[in-house]
Amino acid sequence: MYKLWATIVKDIQILTRDKLGLIFMFVMPIVLAIVITAVQNSTFEMLNTNRVPMLLCNKDTGAAGKQLVTAISKVGMFDLKMVEAKENIKSISERMHAKDAVIAIIIPDNFTAKIEQKADDIAHKALKNMGLDIDSASKATDSVEPITLLYHPVLQESFRHSIQGALKSSLQVVQSKQVLKSIYFSLNEKELPGSLENEMLNNQVAINEVPVSRDGSRNIPNASQHNVPAWTVFAMFFIVISLGGSVVREKLNGSFIRLKTLPTNYIVALISKQLTYLFVTLVQAGVVFAIGVWLFPSMGLPKLNLPSDITGVFIVSLICGWCAVSYAIMIGVFAQTQEQANGIGAVSIVLMAAIGGLLVPSFAMPDSFQFVMKMSPLHWCLEAYYGLFLEGGKLGDVVLNILPLLGITFVIQAITLYGLKRKNLI
Amino acid sequence: MSAAVSIKHLGFRYPGQNNDTFTGLNLEVGPGERFGLFGPNGAGKTTLMNCMTGLLDFQQGSIHLFEQDIARHKKTTNRLFGFVPQDFSFYQELSPAENLAFFGAWYGLTKTEINNKTTELLEVLQLQDVRNKAVQKFSGGMKRRVNLAIGVMHNPRVLFLDEPTVGVDVHTRHAIITYLKALNNNGTTLIYTSHQLSEAEDLCNRIAMIDDGKILVHDSIEQLLIDHEEEGLEGLFISLTGKNLRDA
Repeated sequence: MYKLWATIVKDIQILTRDKLGLIFMFVMPIVLAIVITAVQNSTFEMLNTNRVPMLLCNKDTGAAGKQLVTAISKVGMFDLKMVEAKENIKSISERMHAKDAVIAIIIPDNFTAKIEQKADDIAHKALKNMGLDIDSASKATDSVEPITLLYHPVLQESFRHSIQGALKSSLQVVQSKQVLKSIYFSLNEKELPGSLENEMLNNQVAINEVPVSRDGSRNIPNASQHNVPAWTVFAMFFIVISLGGSVVREKLNGSFIRLKTLPTNYIVALISKQLTYLFVTLVQAGVVFAIGVWLFPSMGLPKLNLPSDITGVFIVSLICGWCAVSYAIMIGVFAQTQEQANGIGAVSIVLMAAIGGLLVPSFAMPDSFQFVMKMSPLHWCLEAYYGLFLEGGKLGDVVLNILPLLGITFVIQAITLYGLKRKNLI
Repeated sequence: MSAAVSIKHLGFRYPGQNNDTFTGLNLEVGPGERFGLFGPNGAGKTTLMNCMTGLLDFQQGSIHLFEQDIARHKKTTNRLFGFVPQDFSFYQELSPAENLAFFGAWYGLTKTEINNKTTELLEVLQLQDVRNKAVQKFSGGMKRRVNLAIGVMHNPRVLFLDEPTVGVDVHTRHAIITYLKALNNNGTTLIYTSHQLSEAEDLCNRIAMIDDGKILVHDSIEQLLIDHEEEGLEGLFISLTGKNLRDA
């Protein structure tokens, strides 16, 4: 036991004298968590709080055009700026280049007439279908000229789709209103009363948004809940730079030769490294979580809400850390030089982070990547943390994420022992 | 009394090589001897030392340290000997005292034994003033002394030294040789390689000349010089190994 203790002391002494390594291990995850959370948070705010500047050119002089403008303004997503009807696509495009807005809508001049004509036609067909054909003189209708949507190329596709959705919804309201008016007029030969119009069109079924959580809480996950656990996992695995390099240095410098001639198995050195660096990964997680809880709010970022099961968080961190440390030692055992350990270690962690869902959400991965994704230990770490931080689960709820992670860790340990045996190091 | 080191019919070949480095090599070193192993570059000195210390697994024959087979009883034989490799074999980030504390624990010493031995060795090797400073800032001579101190931490019965004085000044060399003689006087067998033939005359009471994986001669220096009618070791070395340069 004293041998192990002396080895742990030695490893801690070497670790604490590597100032650059310490900075890398602790500052990097903090910077990553702050920067990525800030960036993602501003995107959330743009979508949820800020309004998207929109130019609206209504060339139509009728009621439908006005109704469409009203419907769009009621969506709440847009900061509407009306432009004169005489403007055309070219002049509006120039305004957009000048960053007046990132999106513009042009309602064509005969919009109301065409909508009314189309509504009459639909009403006529509907009544005929019901055997209530009052006026048999059906007129052929021209198709409604499309509404033009101009958008700035910086606009992301997903955001553009959500704008299109909002626009179609507004358009639907206007069209439905016209059809309803037309049917009512055909049946009653008088205008649709305003109160009835409002009741029929505006009294829609409300949508109650509920984030799915295991503990029944209705906290809406924020950017911190997503990013802090993700970048903590990334930082834990990035310990490969320090630990993998340390194993290679020990192998390459003379100390390893002497260790092999001593009456103590090298396994003691490996256990010491695992314990020392496991402690480092736990401190990393603790520091990043503490910053999320206490520092983020003062920086204008959303506060990290810790899960109710703190023991669960500790155990998940412990297992994630152990897997990260095991991986780093494996890289160190197989690498021939420190450059190899650093290069292979860093690139492999970024790749495993990418396929593991840290950079792109796992549900967005193509089907062909779903199997590969499950091979990444970072994926299981992230899923276990998300189970606690986002879903409000307890340790029992994330056991199915921990077991594969333990399995991967055992495989990594076995490969490391095989490598040490093959290289005659144990 | 049993031999300190007994090598019988040693056969060794590096993996992937076509030729054997050693074939049927025999050598015996008695307890308390100061034995020198000399030869040109690539002669097999370091390979033989690595076989004796268990760093290399040989394919044929046997090596015994005080009658203990090193292939079968590695853990036991590892307690019997100390090794001072040619490269600095310690942690440069640590101080001499920290290195000795770690390696002492790996030799199986208790904390008290480590503390006592650390104080004694740092005093004898004149490293007391820098006991808590990182070794990476030391001169080559100081690092050589740290390297030696770690090798003798556990009072080994046999001490293997691979070029222990390479790259050091006259004072450090003198200090190291004096210390090694004192160690030998206390019963430690020394097995030593070097390119410094003058050192051999000063330190060794028996030597072996090795070349191309074969032991050419082994005896006391005086007897070898008489047998080969040479006045000094350098003449003997040249007459046995030739004048061709060895760059291997």
